[in-house]
Amino acid sequence: MESRRNPRAVVDPKVRQVGFFTSSQPDSSSSQLQQPDPISASASSPPVSTISPSGNSLSPVMIPPPRHNSSDAFPLRNAVVASAVSPSSFSYSSRRDFPDGSTTASPGRHSRGSFVKSSVPVASSLPGIGMDSMAAAKSSSVPASGLTTVSVVTMPPGLSEKASGMEVESDHKKNSKPLKEKTTKAERRAIQEAQRAAKAAAKVDGGKGPAVTSASVASTSAKAARPAKPTSQKNDVAVAAGAAEKKGGPSEKDRKKDAPHPRMQYDDESRVVKAKRRAVVKQTEAKNRVELFRHLPQYEHGTQLPDLETKFFQLDPMHPAVYKVGLQYLSGDISGGNARCIAMLHAFQEVVKDYSTPPEKNLNRDMTAKISSYVSFLIECRPLSISMGNAIRFVKNRIAKLPITLSESEAKAALQSDIERFINDKIIGADTVIVKHAVSKIRDGDVLLTYGSPTAVEMVLLHAHELRKKFRVLVVDSRPKLEGQLLLRRLIKRGINCTYTHINAISYIMHEVTKVFLGASSVLSNGTVYSRVGTACVAMVASAFRVPVLVCCEAYKFHERVQLDSICSNELGDPNAISKVHGREDINYLDGLTNNANLQFLNLMYDATPSDYISMIITDYGMVPPTSVPVIVREYQKEHLLV
Amino acid sequence: QNQNQNPRKLETSPCFLFTVNSVAKMDFQVVILAGGFSSTLFPLVSKEVPKALLPVANRPVLSYVLDLLESNNLKDLIVVVEGEDAALKVGGWISSACVDRLHVEVAAVAENVGTAGALRAIAHHLTAKDILIVSGDIVSDIPPGAVAATHRRHDAAVTAMLCAQPVSGPSESGGSGGKDKTKKPACEDIIGLDSWKQFLLYIAKGTEIKKDTRVKKSILCAAGKMELRSDLVDSHIYAFKRSVLQKVLDQKPAFRSLKQDVLPYLVRTQLRSDVFSDQSNVEENGNGNGKNNMQNNEVVLSQILSNASSPSFHQVYESGLDSRKTHKCCVYIADESKYFVRLNSIQAFMDVNRDVIGDANHLSGYSFSAHHNIVHPSAELGSKTTVGPHCMLGEGSQVGDKCSVKRSVIGRHCRIGSNVKIVNSVVMDHATIGDGCSIQGSVICSNAQLQERVTLRDCQVEAGYIVCVGGEHKGETFARK
Repeated sequence: MESRRNPRAVVDPKVRQVGFFTSSQPDSSSSQLQQPDPISASASSPPVSTISPSGNSLSPVMIPPPRHNSSDAFPLRNAVVASAVSPSSFSYSSRRDFPDGSTTASPGRHSRGSFVKSSVPVASSLPGIGMDSMAAAKSSSVPASGLTTVSVVTMPPGLSEKASGMEVESDHKKNSKPLKEKTTKAERRAIQEAQRAAKAAAKVDGGKGPAVTSASVASTSAKAARPAKPTSQKNDVAVAAGAAEKKGGPSEKDRKKDAPHPRMQYDDESRVVKAKRRAVVKQTEAKNRVELFRHLPQYEHGTQLPDLETKFFQLDPMHPAVYKVGLQYLSGDISGGNARCIAMLHAFQEVVKDYSTPPEKNLNRDMTAKISSYVSFLIECRPLSISMGNAIRFVKNRIAKLPITLSESEAKAALQSDIERFINDKIIGADTVIVKHAVSKIRDGDVLLTYGSPTAVEMVLLHAHELRKKFRVLVVDSRPKLEGQLLLRRLIKRGINCTYTHINAISYIMHEVTKVFLGASSVLSNGTVYSRVGTACVAMVASAFRVPVLVCCEAYKFHERVQLDSICSNELGDPNAISKVHGREDINYLDGLTNNANLQFLNLMYDATPSDYISMIITDYGMVPPTSVPVIVREYQKEHLLV
Repeated sequence: QNQNQNPRKLETSPCFLFTVNSVAKMDFQVVILAGGFSSTLFPLVSKEVPKALLPVANRPVLSYVLDLLESNNLKDLIVVVEGEDAALKVGGWISSACVDRLHVEVAAVAENVGTAGALRAIAHHLTAKDILIVSGDIVSDIPPGAVAATHRRHDAAVTAMLCAQPVSGPSESGGSGGKDKTKKPACEDIIGLDSWKQFLLYIAKGTEIKKDTRVKKSILCAAGKMELRSDLVDSHIYAFKRSVLQKVLDQKPAFRSLKQDVLPYLVRTQLRSDVFSDQSNVEENGNGNGKNNMQNNEVVLSQILSNASSPSFHQVYESGLDSRKTHKCCVYIADESKYFVRLNSIQAFMDVNRDVIGDANHLSGYSFSAHHNIVHPSAELGSKTTVGPHCMLGEGSQVGDKCSVKRSVIGRHCRIGSNVKIVNSVVMDHATIGDGCSIQGSVICSNAQLQERVTLRDCQVEAGYIVCVGGEHKGETFARK
C-alpha cells in the first residue's frame, strides 16, 4: 500500500498535494483557505493563499480544505494522546499530529483523505448553497470552513476573525458526538460540560490533566480551550451556533439526510463494545489484525454464521426475507454490488408487502424505523456497499415523502412500485444503456480484458457477441474468490473465445490487450473507482501499456464521497480464505499459525483506482471521463430526490 | 384412507390469544410428530402411556421437545398423535402442562399411517412457506432455528439435521456390566454429503444396505465428490418446503414414512425434480400480466442474482441441461458438543434417563444438589440408605433402610422396601419394590410390583405387572400376554 501511495502523490498532484500540504497548515488560516470572499481573504495569511486549492487545482472536484479532516481527527486524537496535549499549544500540536490522529482514530466517516463533496459549492462561492453546506457542517461535521464562510457573511469581520479560533471549538464539540448529529441541545450540553471540565482542570491546575481529560472527549477539548479565552468562548460559540442555526434552519434537514452516517471506527474500543451489545450477529473480533486496517471491522468468520442460524426464531421483529438476505450476505451466497442491492430491495419489497401499521403509529415513521433496523442487521451481516447505501437512501426518501393522505394499502402499493421501478430503471435499465454504449466501443479484432466477474461487463460482452463482433476475451482472475471462473464458464457457453489467467500474469498478458473493461462497486466523485481488489492493479498496468481502461458502472453506484486511498474505507474479508485452499489439504502450510501473534492476514475486498488510470466511465448517462462524475452525482442526486 | 382426524384447539389464556392470529414465525410452521403406541418400546408404552408421555427423569419426553421449541421462541405448534386415545392423553397432558405458555393444536390421525401419512392427514392445516417437522421423541439441545436458517439460506426443498451418533449403552463410568449386550448396530444411517458438507447426496438406513447400494450417477457426476458418512445420524428434524412436501405426499400415496420414503425420494430426484415443474409456471403466470419488457427484466434480474452467487452443483447441472429442474436437499450438521438422543428403543430410553440426570443435566430443568442428585424433599429415606450421584428420587417416594440407589431414576410415590439395590435403572411412578430386591439396568413401569428378593438384570416390567417372590431374571420382558 505504502509503495503505491508514494508514486501516487507524484502522478496526481492536484489531489494529493492539497491533502498533504494543508494538513500541516495552521488552523486559523486553513479555515479560510478556500474563501473566495474578500473579507476573509484579508484574514488569511499570504503563503496559504498561494496554495489554495481553488487557485491551482484543475480538478473538477474542489477538494475541501483540510479543516474538515482535522475536525474529524481532533476529538479522538485528543482522546488518544490526551495526556500529551498541553493546553496552551492546543491548536499547534494537534495540527502537527494530525495525520496520526486521523489514521488511528476518528469518529467521522472517512478518516484519511476522504471528504464529502457537499462542500464543493462553497468553494465555488455560490451563496445559496453556501448556507446549505454550512448546515451540513453543523449536522455532519463537514468542514468547519463551511461554518466560517457563513459567520463571515453574517457577522462583522472583526468578530469573525476572533471567532475563527473558537469555531474550531464549537466544531469539534459537535464532533465529539458525531453519531448523534444533534444540534442545539447537544451543543449546549457540550458547552456546559466543557465549562465544568474547565473548572475542574483549573482546580487541579493541569497537574492532574490526564486524569481529567482521558475520560471524555468534551472535557479534553474544553481543557484545551481554557487558556485561550475562557470567558469569551461561550459567547462566541453561542453566537456562531445561533447564527448557523438561524440561517441553516430549513435546509438543514435535507442536508442531514444526505450526509452519510459517520462510520464506525473499529479501533475505538469503547464504541466497539457498545456496538457489540446492540448487535444481533455475534461478532468476535479477530485477534491479529493488520495495524493499518484496524479501523475496519474484522470478525472471526467461523462463528458468526452458526450463531446467527441458531437464533433464527429468536429475532422477533426480523422479517424472514430480510433475514434470508442477511444470511446470504454473511455466508457469501450473494455477492456483487448489483445482486446484493437487488436482493436487499426485494427483501424490502416483501417487508412492505407484509407491513401493517401498528395502532397509534404513523406509517412513514414506523416503516422508516423498521427499515433502519433491518439495515443495521444487514450491516452486521456484511458492511453495506455504496450502491446499497444509495438504494436505502432512496427507499427511505420514498417512505418519508409518502403523502399522508394515502391509505395504508395505497402507500404500500406505491412503495412497492417505487422499489420495483428503482430496480428496473436504475439497475437493469441502466445496464441495458451501458451495454448499448459500451458495445459501440468494441470493434472487430479487439482483445478485451476483464477482471473478476462484473455483471455489466458480462452483459456487454454477451451483447457484442450477439452482434457478431469478432473479439477475444481475456479473463483475469485472482484468489481467493475466483469469480472469473464463473464468468468464464458463462462466456464459453455462449461461444466466446476466451483466455483465462491470474492477475500475476497481468503484465505479460497486457501486451496483446486492446481494451480493458472493468466493473466497479462504486465511483466516487473525484473519479476514483472503488472496486474489487486487484482492479487498481489491472488499471495501472493497462495505463502503463497505454491500453484504454473503460469502467462500466451504473449511475446509482456513484457517490459524492471523495476517497484517495483504499485504507480509510474498505472491507476485510475472511482471513481463512487466503490462508487456506479449499480441498487442498496438501498445501496448507499455514496450519496452526492462524493465531500466531506475529502473523496477520489481510484479505482486502476492495481497492480504489485513481482516476488517472481510467480512460472512460460508461454509465447510464453516457460515456464520461472520470472528471465528470461529480456532475452526474449532482444531477443524479437532484433527480434522486425528485423521483 | 379415512383418517378420523380431529384437530382440537386447546384452551388458551387470554394473554396468549394474539399469537393465534399471528402469522407463523418467520414463515415456518412447526409440526411435532409425537407418534402413538410404539411397538419397539413395547413393555414401556401402554394404553395409559403413549410414547410421547414416557417419563424421562419424571417428565414426559414430549416436554423436552416443547421446551426446546419454546426456548427457541416457537410457540405455535401442531402436535400430531397416532390414535384417538393417545391423542386424548397427549392433549390432556399438554393442556395441563403448558396452558399459558404455548399455543398447541393436537391432531389425531389413524394408527399406523406412518409419518408421511400423518402429514398427509394434516396437510390442509399447513399454510406457511416452510414446515419444520420435529419428531416428538427427541431429547436434545440443538436449536431448531439452525436447520430452519440453513434451509432458508439455500432455498432448499428439504433440509435435514444430522448429528453425531449418540453414545449408546451405559457409560464407562457406570462401572456395571452389560455393556456389550446392548450395543446397537454399528451404523444407523449411511449419509452421502458433498465436499462442502452442505448438500445431501445420498441417504439410506444402514440396516437396509446389505452388500451393495446404488448411487445416482448423475448426482455423483454433478457433485464431483461424495463423502459417505456413517458416523452421523438423521435427527428426524426436517425443514420442508411446504409446496414440495405436499406435492410429494399427493403424488406418491404409497409413501408412508418421511425418513424412509420421502427424504430418500427427494434426495434421489434432486437433479430431475418433478416437484418444481409447475411451480415455475405459476411464477410465470404471476409475472405474465406485465409487459413483455417486464418479463425481460425478470429474466435479467434472475440472471444477475444467479450469476452473483457461486453456484451449487445443482445450478451448474441445471445450466448444463436446459430443461431440467433441480431442487436442493441440504443438511445441517449439528455441533458435536450438542446433546441429541432419539427415544426409539428401550436402550435409548435407558440412555436418555441416564444422561438427563447425568451428563446432559442442563436439559432436565431440575436443580441438582451438591451430590449431583435430585431427592425431592417429600421423599422419605430410611436409615443407612444411600442415594448416589446422578440419581433422582421423585416426590413422595419412600425408600426403606439400608438401600442403595445408583444412577437411577425413581418416580413419584414409589414404595421401596429395605435392603434394595437399584443400579442403572428406571423405576416409574407408583411402583412397589419389596425387601431385598436387586435391580440392575432395568425398567420398572408404573404400578408394577416386585415382591421380595427379586433379582432383575436388564429386564423390563410392564405397568401393573407383578413379579413373584424370589425370582432371578436376566434380560427378560415381563408383560401380560
